[in-house]
Amino acid sequence: MNRRLPRRQRIRLIRTAQYGVLVLVVLVVAMAANWGEIQRAFFDVEVAKEQFPEIVTTALGNTIIYTVIGFAFGLTLGLILALMRLSQVPPYRWLAVAYIEFFRGVPALLVFIAFGYGVPLAFQVAINQYVTVMLALGLVGAAYMAETIRAGIQAVPKGQMEAARSLGMSQPRAMISIVIPQAFRIVLPPLTNELILLTKDSSLVYLLGLSLGQYELAKFGRDALNQHQSMTPILIAGLLYLVITLPLGHLVRRLEARTAKAR
Amino acid sequence: MAASIKKKDGGPGTPAESGEAIQIEGLHKSFGDLEVLKGIDLSVKRGEVVCVIGPSGSGKSTLLRCVNLLEEPTSGKVSVAGTEVTDPDVDIDRVRRGIGMVFQAFNLFPHLTVLENLGIAQRRVLGRDKELAERTARHNLERVGLTDKEDAYPAKLSGGQQQRVAIARALSMEPELMLFDEPTSALDPELVGDVLAVMRKLAKEGMTMLVVTHEMSFAREVADRVVFMDEGVIVEQGTPDRVVGDPQHPRTRSFLARVLDPAAAQLPE
Repeated sequence: MNRRLPRRQRIRLIRTAQYGVLVLVVLVVAMAANWGEIQRAFFDVEVAKEQFPEIVTTALGNTIIYTVIGFAFGLTLGLILALMRLSQVPPYRWLAVAYIEFFRGVPALLVFIAFGYGVPLAFQVAINQYVTVMLALGLVGAAYMAETIRAGIQAVPKGQMEAARSLGMSQPRAMISIVIPQAFRIVLPPLTNELILLTKDSSLVYLLGLSLGQYELAKFGRDALNQHQSMTPILIAGLLYLVITLPLGHLVRRLEARTAKAR
Repeated sequence: MAASIKKKDGGPGTPAESGEAIQIEGLHKSFGDLEVLKGIDLSVKRGEVVCVIGPSGSGKSTLLRCVNLLEEPTSGKVSVAGTEVTDPDVDIDRVRRGIGMVFQAFNLFPHLTVLENLGIAQRRVLGRDKELAERTARHNLERVGLTDKEDAYPAKLSGGQQQRVAIARALSMEPELMLFDEPTSALDPELVGDVLAVMRKLAKEGMTMLVVTHEMSFAREVADRVVFMDEGVIVEQGTPDRVVGDPQHPRTRSFLARVLDPAAAQLPE
């Protein structure tokens, strides 16, 4: 194009092209897709009705229970790992780094498979399913949370520790009463994000081997999929995950806004 | 070991043989290759108010921080009320209870209210119950003129108010000695006066104070002795009238000229 268009005209032309592309893509997809089949597979009202109330009372309930116990254990272990990572004693630091690098670098799927096979082999006595779930979810979550918490502890100004020590507090006392409470305030938004990730990772729990009453959303949905030859239960399970994760995501944004205001 | 156990019992609360609140001998401190303190000898008597002045980077703050071992001296001896704090066997947490410290950046605990800021060390360190801790806290808030702020969080206070709370927090531990590390340097000029007024009152009440400051008028009026430091050594010391009013050393003279009349400063040729 040799002759330059006036600025206003040029903007209008580009805008028109942008909307044009969007409309074109939507039209192609809408005409090419087989909507009848999709509706039969994903929006089968009869199948949907059959999923209730178990998909909420059992599956959603279990997803929440697994997430909460996994998070509680992961947070505790994560805090310990974070403190080890910052320790003056080198072997503690090495151990923490090795742990964190390993569990962050390996797919959670593999950890769960190893756990599902390994735990029954290692301990001949039957271990409570919930304990196994808690360990598996928590061990993976702890690696991520440890790094988050460490960053939080290091973000607390040095003067806080100095003020606490100059009042006669011991190092551990100052850590517990002064530094860690502030660190948790700082890492509340990223920790909530970890909770969202953990909610989704709880879908891997089926690898540990579960009985019917212990199914969580993803396993429940897949079971119903096989039974009814319909994707509808998967869609419902997906929506129920959103019931948990969307409010949490909203919470993260509010916490971030609050932190930004406090600075 | 027997000797070390004995030392742990002797906090600054026990009467010392000498009347010295602080005794510093041959103090050296290096950060890596940088030698910040090059042999300091200084003593502060009970009830004495000593102001340390000098250009930035002269080691004033480091000297102060060596007294309660926030910085570990490289060599030399520091004693507080007869207890040698540089002794590796000494229970430093116990010694620090008796040394109040006020920082340039206030360092209030932002997650606690004013009353909790004053109470937490009383309860966790001295083992006082909540009632006694709060009573002591309120008494000290009154001393700094902030009784109406006890439920506020530090972020809601002005810099001057925060620094007065920080002084009250240190006082709540009932220290024998107070260290002030440039307590007014982070304040807007109009807020400096309130903090200095509190410090003046403390001095009048007989508190032993070691103050690093740039406030020459405060040093002149309140200090029993002024110490001028430059490049890691004490250049001269004496009464305020002598050191600030009639400095002997050329380095003291040029520093004071710059501080007392900054507008007259000339760029080096």
